[in-house]
Amino acid sequence: MDVQTGFFYLFSAMLLFAAFRVITARNPVYAALYLVLAFFQAAAVWILLRAEFLAITLVLVYVGAVMVLFLFVVMMLDVNMDGVRQNFWKHFPLAATVGAVIALQMAAVLMGGFRVGEEPRAVVAAGAPQFSNTAELGRLLYTEYLYPLEIAAVILLVAIIAAIALTLRTRKDSRQMDPSDQVRVKARDRVRVVRMAPTLAAPPPEPEIPPPPADTKS
Amino acid sequence: MTLTLGHFLSLGAILFALSVIGIFLNRRNLIVLLMAIELMLLAVNMNFVAFSHYLNDMHGQVFVFFILTVAAAESAIGLAILVLLFRNNSNINIDELNTLKG
Repeated sequence: MDVQTGFFYLFSAMLLFAAFRVITARNPVYAALYLVLAFFQAAAVWILLRAEFLAITLVLVYVGAVMVLFLFVVMMLDVNMDGVRQNFWKHFPLAATVGAVIALQMAAVLMGGFRVGEEPRAVVAAGAPQFSNTAELGRLLYTEYLYPLEIAAVILLVAIIAAIALTLRTRKDSRQMDPSDQVRVKARDRVRVVRMAPTLAAPPPEPEIPPPPADTKS
Repeated sequence: MTLTLGHFLSLGAILFALSVIGIFLNRRNLIVLLMAIELMLLAVNMNFVAFSHYLNDMHGQVFVFFILTVAAAESAIGLAILVLLFRNNSNINIDELNTLKG
């Protein structure tokens, strides 16, 4: 058992422990933090598999962005854990059965004569110091997978717009200005010039009001 | 004893089974459900990377790259929906998500 195997078992054990804690943690903040640990361990396992670029990407994208988003949402939402946790173990027998079936099927496939590539085939010049996983991945991405890469970029753009559009709201009580309205405004929207005749004929003098007739009776 | 492909595939399978169990257990908690889905994607990615290494084929790693992209988009939109849900219902209880039932 060489050093690499020892590291593999160490990282795998921590990964599985972290995954177990993610699904059983009482507090969602702990679940998110254990998920961060799980991603770190998975990145370490990927480095054992000589996929350095993906390992670094996993740490940067997941731990750096997605998990921060998770933590942000978990802390922003005031989740009532008592209601969420009730009947927590009710479906555990079914869940354990399904999980065991999945694991056993995979084990059956692996044990039953699955012998593809026991050894890293030709080990892509793995020993060669010139081999760069990142350069190789980049060469593939930007030549053979250029159109899928563009589609992935569009998916990310759509995700940004969807996330913003879903959570955007305009507060009713805030007075804000609309710059496009302000730019589009014309002078005639602001000032209305009333056209009038230059001069007006003086109104005819009021007829002299005759004094009230004197009371002649007296 | 050197590492074989079976080691990594077993790790991926156990991780996947654990996250399936997590989906069953946390069926009332949407946040942990999303986290379990992330774990499932991680298990699948583990298989891809293992095959890519042992078959000496870089295309598997390219696929992992795209899976990471889609997973990031998925979690961003899912969390946005969660926030929206919380804003309208002031809880994220799954049992109350029956307004479409009429």
